[in-house]
Amino acid sequence: MKFPTESPFAWRRGLRHFYDRPSPARRGVWIAILALALACVFSTGCGPRETRADLVIINGMEPESLDPAILTGVADMRVGNALFEGLTRLDPRTADPVPGLAYRWEITPDGRTYTFHLRSNLVWSTGEPLRAEDVVYSWLRALDPNTASSYASQLFYLKNAEDYNSGKLKDPDQVGVHAPDPLTVRVELNSPTAFFLDLCAFSTLAVVPRQAIERYGDRWLMVQPVPVSGAYELRGWRLGDKIRLHKNSRYWDAANTHCEWVDFLPVSSPTTALNLYETGAADVVWDKDLVPIELMEELLKRHDFHTFPYLGLYFFRFNVTRAPFTDPRVRQALALAIDKARITRKITKGGELPADNFTPPGTARYHAPPGLGYDPERARRLLAEAGFPGGRGFPAFQYIFNAGAGGPASVHAKIAIEMRQMWHDELGIEMELKQLEWSVYLAAQNKLDFDLCRSSWIGDYNDADTFLNMWMSNSGNNRTGWKNARYDELMREADLQTDLARREQLFQAAETILAHDEIPAVPLYFYVGFEYHDETVLQGLYPNILDMHPINAIYKERSASLSKPRSSP
Amino acid sequence: MYFLRRLVLTVPLLLLISLLAFGLLRLAPGGPFDRERKPASPEIERNLARKYHLDESFILQYLRYLGVGYERDADGRRHWFEGGLVRGDLGPSYRYRNHTVNDIIAAGLPVSMTLGCLAFCFALGVGLPLGFVTAVNRGRWPDYVGSLLAILCICIPGLVVAPLLVVGLAVKWRWFPVALWTSPWHAVLPTIALGLYFSGRIARLLREGMLNVMRSEFITTARAKGMGESAVLLKHGLRIAILPVVSYAGPLLADLLTGSFVIESVFQIPGIGVPMVNSSLNRDYTLVVGLVLLYAALLVGLNLVVDLVYRLLDRRVKYD
Repeated sequence: MKFPTESPFAWRRGLRHFYDRPSPARRGVWIAILALALACVFSTGCGPRETRADLVIINGMEPESLDPAILTGVADMRVGNALFEGLTRLDPRTADPVPGLAYRWEITPDGRTYTFHLRSNLVWSTGEPLRAEDVVYSWLRALDPNTASSYASQLFYLKNAEDYNSGKLKDPDQVGVHAPDPLTVRVELNSPTAFFLDLCAFSTLAVVPRQAIERYGDRWLMVQPVPVSGAYELRGWRLGDKIRLHKNSRYWDAANTHCEWVDFLPVSSPTTALNLYETGAADVVWDKDLVPIELMEELLKRHDFHTFPYLGLYFFRFNVTRAPFTDPRVRQALALAIDKARITRKITKGGELPADNFTPPGTARYHAPPGLGYDPERARRLLAEAGFPGGRGFPAFQYIFNAGAGGPASVHAKIAIEMRQMWHDELGIEMELKQLEWSVYLAAQNKLDFDLCRSSWIGDYNDADTFLNMWMSNSGNNRTGWKNARYDELMREADLQTDLARREQLFQAAETILAHDEIPAVPLYFYVGFEYHDETVLQGLYPNILDMHPINAIYKERSASLSKPRSSP
Repeated sequence: MYFLRRLVLTVPLLLLISLLAFGLLRLAPGGPFDRERKPASPEIERNLARKYHLDESFILQYLRYLGVGYERDADGRRHWFEGGLVRGDLGPSYRYRNHTVNDIIAAGLPVSMTLGCLAFCFALGVGLPLGFVTAVNRGRWPDYVGSLLAILCICIPGLVVAPLLVVGLAVKWRWFPVALWTSPWHAVLPTIALGLYFSGRIARLLREGMLNVMRSEFITTARAKGMGESAVLLKHGLRIAILPVVSYAGPLLADLLTGSFVIESVFQIPGIGVPMVNSSLNRDYTLVVGLVLLYAALLVGLNLVVDLVYRLLDRRVKYD
């Protein structure tokens, strides 16, 4: 049979025939499809077409929460700090604490009692006066077990705060924060906490609106208008889309708040972030994980790409409860055989500093003692002393690291491969690599179900304490099985010091145990922060060690138009 | 009657699916509140577990999720569960603690549906003519070119097409925005990237369908009666040949309406495709169950629609 019998284009005539004599059913289907298409076009087209904000910031991951007591991530804090302010706030240049809602304070000589004086002109963005009781309420709320704040521990420096959080103590009056009058907050601490003013600028201690929270519960941020104490009001938050802020004209420092509208975009793909920035859809990209590593060398040549030291450490943990890592000599040997400079030069490439200890350079009130360094010869000797000359008889072991989409995850794999090669070449030992899905990786780390485990740590506040207290025996973040009575004692003693020089000495003695003698974890490098923004257009955005940038300080040069797309160099 | 019975059967099916999703997720290692940074004291973790009832037995957690049953307080008084699935409340998200699952779906679903519908129309608009032309011209050059195009559409995944479109049309020539979702202009590239694969599949399906139908006896009969070739093709042929496409279109539409992880992440689109994947990575229990239920309901519903359309197109099909 020949097919088709007529001309090959005969179906065109048939098409006419098809429409000439429509059957109701067929017509129904076509009409439905057509209606669907039209509905789509209209639904995207007829919505209120939003104008571009004055400042569009690509902020990294979607914030889990903007509630200061709940949020934990750096991206969350950058938005949260614009909405809710604490007694102090961060200086945009140095990230040091400067007066916020409190304009001055007194500290008793023993360093345990702080008296804060609030500004007299404070109001919520909705117009109600903001009083000292609001500060007390906010702190007690963060400690309340029913709030379930992961960061409640930032307030454990207050008298009786930990007991109140655990439910042992029911009476909030016993907690060390009180409002003797509407403009005064008195705080009693357990020990002289040298970084307490830094903590007052931290999100968990920010001041939140009691009425809205009591009325709307966990959804209080979703009901407009949200009363805020900070420089910006929340005007919209759609997951995966944007967070839109508008200047709070009732903020005490509103005269120095520059941008009217600010958008935060939660972009997790480094390429999309770069594309948006390059086409002018965003003004700033400011997350260290949003840099395509493959393009690092190119990016470093650009005038609008900035790198700066950052209070963060990349390291790996040993499980010291598993042989042969129970032996400090083995841990030292492995640490000594890693050429960290090679890792930062060949893999991360962004100007990261190889790390020999746990506290980054630039940490306030502190200079870190020397660590182990790079010495393969000594590493071989130590391994031989531990009973594995030339790596003979060394059991097989595993290194776990997390997988994930985007740029940074592949860095974990590259570093793991590099270390495996170094240990194979220098020590003659063999390591197995195991990439795990994020939650599985965290679960393994929490259960101490690993031999070696990749990790990182970002400082909450600028003090050596944030990098050192996690290694105390009772800390949930230790996760190595390592316990050292001398280390705990030094840390506790440092905590009680009012003399800063003595405090530094104690910390140094502790860090020497950690980074030189015992080494339950091996520091690899200190992070650097990355940002794209054009300094000829955008001002008031300064690199600082916490990578925190108060939004109200950022402004645009009047002459420059930002909607104009930039061209790449 | 048949359709009514199927509709009623949907309810236990969805319940079973919710139970499975609810249970399987809890078997996976890790929990919704695990972070790289652990809370400083075990009490904090206990507070979290208590607030979200993760310290209760599995059965109680599930009943609470459904909103069926009660608990007793310290004085022994009964408190009936409020909210819950039976009242259409899918609970709070464990990851995005200020949002409920209903909030997330209400914000994301319209976006995913819009993009899905556009891509569906694009897939049909490109796939059907392509399939028809290749079948009618079997063995000639339009067949070879068309079939090659269809195969290319199928073989190159969205993961590759999307960045290529962005680099070419958005970054280099700047005809379209690179990402985001604010104007109809923003929908063009994602629609193409999402729909291209399915247009290839539809073209192949229709071509096969047409070729099979043209061999059947009733077509020969129609021709023997002297019917014009075009009428044979369109009136008798296409009507049957399109059936495989229709049965494919149902699940396809369910798939498209619930968003695509790849396309949504490349184009930064606030749909529910990205949450669908991330929620399970984050162990956001309630969000996963909510989205799985939504997907299941759409799939069941659209399959029902497919069966209805079948009957309209092919009167030989009977349901009882």
